[in-house]
Amino acid sequence: MAEKNIILSAKDIEVKFRVRKNYLTAIRNVSLDLYEGETFAIVGESGSGKSVFTKTFTGMLESNGRVTNGSIMFHDVDLVQLKSDKDWEGIRGAKISTVFQDPMTSLNPIKTIGSQIVEVIEKHQKISKQEAKEQAISMMARVGIPNAADRFDEYPFQYSGGMRQRIVIAIALSCHPEILICDEPTTALDVTIQAQIIKLIKDLQKELGFTTIYITHDLGVVAKVADRVGVMYGGQIIEYGTVEEIFYDPKHPYTWALLSSLPQLGVKGEDLYYINGTPPSLFNRIIGDSFAPRNPHALKIDFAKEPPFFRVSDTHYAKTWLLDPRAPSLEKPEVIQDLHEKIEKMTGKGGAFYVDEQ
Amino acid sequence: MSTNNNEREVILSIRHVDISFDIGKKKKFKAVKDASFDIYRGETFALVGESGSGKTTLGRAAIRINPCSAGEILFNGERISGKISRKQDRNVIRNIQMIFQDPAASLNERATIEYCISEGLYNFHLYKDEEDRIAKVDKALEDVGLLPEHKSRYPHEFSGGQRQRVGIARAMIMEPQLIIADEPISALDVSIRAQILNLMNKLKKEKNLTYLFIAHDLSVVRFIADRIAVIHLGKIVEIAESEDLFRYPVHPYTISLLSAVPMPDPIIEKQRDSIVYTKEEDDPEASPREMREIRPGHFVYANDEDMVAFEERLKKLELYNAENQ
Repeated sequence: MAEKNIILSAKDIEVKFRVRKNYLTAIRNVSLDLYEGETFAIVGESGSGKSVFTKTFTGMLESNGRVTNGSIMFHDVDLVQLKSDKDWEGIRGAKISTVFQDPMTSLNPIKTIGSQIVEVIEKHQKISKQEAKEQAISMMARVGIPNAADRFDEYPFQYSGGMRQRIVIAIALSCHPEILICDEPTTALDVTIQAQIIKLIKDLQKELGFTTIYITHDLGVVAKVADRVGVMYGGQIIEYGTVEEIFYDPKHPYTWALLSSLPQLGVKGEDLYYINGTPPSLFNRIIGDSFAPRNPHALKIDFAKEPPFFRVSDTHYAKTWLLDPRAPSLEKPEVIQDLHEKIEKMTGKGGAFYVDEQ
Repeated sequence: MSTNNNEREVILSIRHVDISFDIGKKKKFKAVKDASFDIYRGETFALVGESGSGKTTLGRAAIRINPCSAGEILFNGERISGKISRKQDRNVIRNIQMIFQDPAASLNERATIEYCISEGLYNFHLYKDEEDRIAKVDKALEDVGLLPEHKSRYPHEFSGGQRQRVGIARAMIMEPQLIIADEPISALDVSIRAQILNLMNKLKKEKNLTYLFIAHDLSVVRFIADRIAVIHLGKIVEIAESEDLFRYPVHPYTISLLSAVPMPDPIIEKQRDSIVYTKEEDDPEASPREMREIRPGHFVYANDEDMVAFEERLKKLELYNAENQ
């Protein structure tokens, strides 16, 4: 990869939540360098900490949560040090904005679509009402709302789910942010609408040149959107690399398991690959590799000592003892070997997912 | 996979069913239009469509929650839609069970798991004595991979996947003939989905069950279903055996759904474009469409003009499939 500018750099982030009288450690020493213009996908199950981690970039942790260690450098500002809403002004919503999962709950049901976009523009830019309205309408047209000017005064309930998510994207992009965090933006939508929204985000990214963090639990979506991928489990990134490295040459057993359990790879009449057990409780101190109890290939050391990141290539790192030179060599599961050839067959002529030009 | 459908026993038959809802006093909204299909004993029949397509409405009609405004539904050859006797109503409740999407919302949060699972037994007095009931509950829990000591717990003490297992146990304990599973894995985590799908397949084999599996995701359905019906805006547009539908999809909406399934391969997925299917309503000018058989056991909603295009497409696909062998 060519030299790239780091736009945001998170170092050793730890996040704790106070729940009744206990502390829950949701994020355990996670670091991430985000490059300008890329799409970085964070993939993991619910409770893995993928949303919590990115909420620290906009200071939107729930009130019982706190960043207890680490730094997040963004343009010479350490975001961890920002406390009040006033500190965040000019960053949250302006330079870093977020698109959430459910477009119904992120829009105000009793205000018109237009006024909600204008509100954001006026808050962050010093321009007249008329100019703000013009900007809002052009933004609505840009995200694919037909007859934008006519629909300016309509309410969210008059929009379909896909249209609402387009509006949320318009609001998030109305101040030309440098970083757009998409937190499961298509999970609540239908598959065909999902494809349209993903395409919209990609097109806008090309046009406006922002950096995207894409949070999802769906590896199919990751394959479509991402340049680089980080896999999260139990509050940590356990493997990261370019999207090709993660899909064609995964190293962590959890990444293997996630890929193998995809129904797209299932064979009828045979059991689907599945992961036993449930994710670890984050109330307890986790000793060793957090995935060890569910990992059929777990080594003795996995239960005793936390693995460091092992280097696979300049861009690819994985946190598993399997990469230690002393570890027994282990092949990834059969289902995900030669993945590209398999999918090529499935999507090629005569394959089950072959789609021709219409 | 050539099964002769004539020799198989039909368990549920949906015949020209319309389901409509009132909008205000005068207007009506037709959620399902002229749906017809048979489900055979022992198969998994999937109903696939997007939200608002009427798939859930149709599933609920089969357990008499939504009344049909036209057509009829037969269960084991007897009509169960419209007015039926109380005895027959109980027969339907007993023999057709449902598994819901969100296990947290479908379990009574103030009742223990033991009660949740036993409720059907109580209602139908399906046990000799207390001992027998407890034995049945233990067996049901064991079947779905839970432990007898879980009985005294409450739903909130379980994870999502475990709760869905309770939902399945609750349906299974009635020893139903047909299970309607309405998006049973959509609310679950990726790693749990595979467990629940495997469990449903295992129970089906062991207990000779029939499933009506309602889903929006073709990739899941391919793995679990024997036959698939694709429904779009209340209208069934294509029905075929699972393998056949994936090999020879002809209706443009089916193709659009196929193209929207994200494949776990970055090189391929970045080139794949999804096809948008926009036609909302039947063109009133066009000649009327109906379900027509295009291959053995493979039906598509079409008129004469459509058939020409569909058959041409089919020829092309048959050629590709022959080359691929």
